[in-house]
Amino acid sequence: MTAFLALVARDLRLALRQGSDAALVVAFFVLAVVLFPFGVGPEPQLLARIAAGIVWVTALLAALLSLDRLFQQDYEDGSLEVIALAPLPLEAAVLAKCLAHWLTTGLPLAAVAPALAALLQLDGPGYLPLVLTMALGTPSLSLVGAVGAALSLGARRAGVLLSLLVLPLYIPVLIFGVAAVEQAVAGFAIRPHLLILTALLVAALPLAPWAAAAALRPALE
Amino acid sequence: MPSSSPFAARLFEGRGLACRRGERPVFERLDFKLAPGGALLLTGPNGSGKSSLLRVMAGLTPPLLGTLSWDRVAVTEDPTAHRARLHHVGHQDALKPVLTVAETLAFWAALREASHDRVLPALRRFHLAELAGWPCRVLSAGQRRRLALARLLASPAPLWLLDEPTTGLDDASTSDLLAAIAEHRAASGMVAIATHLPLPIPGSETLALSEFTPRRSAA
Repeated sequence: MTAFLALVARDLRLALRQGSDAALVVAFFVLAVVLFPFGVGPEPQLLARIAAGIVWVTALLAALLSLDRLFQQDYEDGSLEVIALAPLPLEAAVLAKCLAHWLTTGLPLAAVAPALAALLQLDGPGYLPLVLTMALGTPSLSLVGAVGAALSLGARRAGVLLSLLVLPLYIPVLIFGVAAVEQAVAGFAIRPHLLILTALLVAALPLAPWAAAAALRPALE
Repeated sequence: MPSSSPFAARLFEGRGLACRRGERPVFERLDFKLAPGGALLLTGPNGSGKSSLLRVMAGLTPPLLGTLSWDRVAVTEDPTAHRARLHHVGHQDALKPVLTVAETLAFWAALREASHDRVLPALRRFHLAELAGWPCRVLSAGQRRRLALARLLASPAPLWLLDEPTTGLDDASTSDLLAAIAEHRAASGMVAIATHLPLPIPGSETLALSEFTPRRSAA
């Protein structure tokens, strides 16, 4: 447990010291969302109708943008080898890195999301579901993203490959995240959607670290 | 380190090892044996497989053929236990520019569940104590190397696998390293060192890897 927490603490410390990485992701999120009213026009009804979709899709892209730093730097400077040779199972190390990644990416995105939704005139009942689904969905994004980041490690043009690998896998989170917000605005129950998002997270929690660790091992040979 | 041995009566052994990097076979039919207190110097020209053998010993690269055993139990039976008993210091120093020297070493010790008390003595041994609060970004090549080597002392492990450990070290630091190796062996530790410089390590065995280079068959 010491090793797990030490790894989380180290990644958090690195993210804070190299603050620009995490800040850039949030800045990208804000800027990209702000672009939409310029593109589709400033009509409040139209924006309110598509607000949930815009916020969610942009959050996916922002999360994707941050994935390459999950393993790449540790791989290049040899730290990943030291981590892989520690007694801590590689699966647990991946989980620790995902947790730190979520705390520095998913959590800030979820925190900024309501402000951006307000900018897009999202209707009142949609805010709580938006924050809830972002809080439940973004850990899955970090976990699934870790598999893609591990698979594309050391590949040429890893960033492009990573998007191709990961974006299709993000679709379920997107569908249920957006649907929950829209159902809430229309006055329906959001519980089923939250349960499905929870189920996705519960499935990703053991499977993604296992798959990512399996993909990292050959990269370290 | 206490002279009463914490790692008594162990035998680390490889039999019939063969390894391939990419499509190129680097060595085959290689046997080695390391007893407590033993030192193995791996020598050979560039590309003869010194680093590859260390990586095989560490369990990073699975051998193409052959077995590695610890106390006659194959290491593949319990890879976690094998990782817990070894330190591998490779070519790369694995330092983060924004972390301080003390933070880096404390992290490495915590990663191996070692207590924090060993961190400062390990820094002192490699004359890094006065740099403890400096970020790794400002370290020289030799200082980076010393910090990487301080990892060996920050958490105890019976088997040290060192890949060209003296690269970038001055004479004083090299003797610090040799003293640390001697102490480690006196406490029944084992060490395997890949080196192209003759290192004065008493009672060490030399394994010339060029003897195990596969003969080129008509392909």
